[in-house]
Amino acid sequence: MKVSPIERGANYVVLVAFALIVLGPVAVIVSLAFGPQSASVAREGGWFHPENFPEAWEIGRFGQYMLTSVVVAVVVVVISVLASILAGYALGTMRFRGATVMFYVFLLGIMVPTEAFIVPLYFDLRVVGLTNTVWGVAAPQIAMSIAFGTYWMRTYFRTSSRALIDAARLDGAGSMRILWQVLVPIGRPAILTLVLLTFMWTWNEFLIPLVMSPNGSVRTAPLGLAFFQGQYTQGTALLAAGAVMVALPVVLLYVFLQRHFIKGMIEGAVRE
Amino acid sequence: MSDGTTTIGRSASRRSARSAWVPWAYLAPALLLYGAFLLFPLVRAAQFSLFEWDGLGASTFVGFDNYVEILADQRLREAFWHALVLVFFYAVLPLVIGLLLASLLTRAQVRGLGFFRSVIFLPQVIAMVVVAVTWRQIYAPDGPLNGFLRMIGLGSLARPWLGDYVFTLPAVGLIGTWVCTGLVTVLLMAGMSRVPRELYEAARLDGSGPVREFFAITLPMVRGEITVALTLTIVAALKTFDLVYVTTSGGPGTSTTVPSYEIYRRAFELGEVGVATAVGVVLTLIVFAINGVVNMIGDRK
Repeated sequence: MKVSPIERGANYVVLVAFALIVLGPVAVIVSLAFGPQSASVAREGGWFHPENFPEAWEIGRFGQYMLTSVVVAVVVVVISVLASILAGYALGTMRFRGATVMFYVFLLGIMVPTEAFIVPLYFDLRVVGLTNTVWGVAAPQIAMSIAFGTYWMRTYFRTSSRALIDAARLDGAGSMRILWQVLVPIGRPAILTLVLLTFMWTWNEFLIPLVMSPNGSVRTAPLGLAFFQGQYTQGTALLAAGAVMVALPVVLLYVFLQRHFIKGMIEGAVRE
Repeated sequence: MSDGTTTIGRSASRRSARSAWVPWAYLAPALLLYGAFLLFPLVRAAQFSLFEWDGLGASTFVGFDNYVEILADQRLREAFWHALVLVFFYAVLPLVIGLLLASLLTRAQVRGLGFFRSVIFLPQVIAMVVVAVTWRQIYAPDGPLNGFLRMIGLGSLARPWLGDYVFTLPAVGLIGTWVCTGLVTVLLMAGMSRVPRELYEAARLDGSGPVREFFAITLPMVRGEITVALTLTIVAALKTFDLVYVTTSGGPGTSTTVPSYEIYRRAFELGEVGVATAVGVVLTLIVFAINGVVNMIGDRK
């Protein structure tokens, strides 16, 4: 659309201003992370201190917490994506009594706030000895991811080519073979988006690991950061370095695969 | 609906009648995990909320006393009120900013829009704990915000932003605005890019200016996107936990406590499991109600 040069110029000003508002806090934390740890370090000179990162890694035990995060994320992503593909396939391509009800049952799970079911779940899992284990931290996140994942995969399977399925069926392929040899290979982009979103939500989750591991034996990276903030109060450089390290894995994925993140979160939000 | 079911339709349906269990076999793993770790605990929450229990000893049935407690307890009433204030900062403010921003950017095809989109969406992918730690630094008494205010000669406005009874809740809310605005803007931009250009051209021929254009064309055309944006952000505001836990722990006093924080505090710090689950049930009902209401208004033509 044609607009006046003045409006175009004003638009650039608005664009740059908002980009700066978003990037400002990011710049603050990154510059703190590379800054001097104390006034005495600052006096010795130098404003660039990358050694903050290995030091924070050591003192804040981020190595251990990140490893826990990776283990929890892998468990949640693998189990929930597999279960979602199977369930989405049933709801998206098969017609059967109860299909609509099941769709709404899964949809319900997307809306339920974590804090509503996590309290009774903690006490029930404590009885069976699953609290303070990777499984206890992963299980509620698997359940939540399955609710979204089933919805997401159902949408994909509904739009997948009907003709392709029929052709494969005429070739004598069973429903399992149609799924894994026809639909999953061409659905790789949709599955990749689901994997990325599930990974991000699991990596960033705070309340569930906080509740499910009260003794801290299964402490994920975001929790490690919160506790580091409470315990390590000398200066902000190491805390900032820890914060950057906790955010980095997802931010890096976002930088390279941002289309998947934006598309996934926008389309995943639009329900029928 | 009748796609591809002409000739093979009958045989296919006969086969599916014979193997009616097939879809359920595919559903089973998801349903089992989802049922055991989300649906079942949700039912348990409703059950827990009728008992008084400290989490260790015996529990006593108290009927709806825990729900009465929510109305009677001033701290809990405040928590829900704070959640409502946060809705303004998480949902209303981002929607207003997002509408302005998206309509400006859609009107003129400026360069670098893709890059801009990626930048303003960034806060959505950063762990909330990291966001909270960052803003705690920004709001610190000798932090960058106060430094900036003093530099531009507004030093009298400088204050400990997270230690002030009046300003802490808005300060926390603005972090939510920072996080949510990008998501809302990107959603609205996607909606506005689908509005047919001819509509605007016709309006221009009729001599309407940008403001008329916005209210007559843009706003009605992105109704669906507004609905989605409001649902997402209102629910995010109601579920605020990490942010409050890390920045203020509900303080100073009770000035920033929210329902989610109260659930955690009562269940695991005070041993009031019944009240905590009752707050959880109420929160769930509110979330469902808001989903319903927003979608109903959004669907009305």
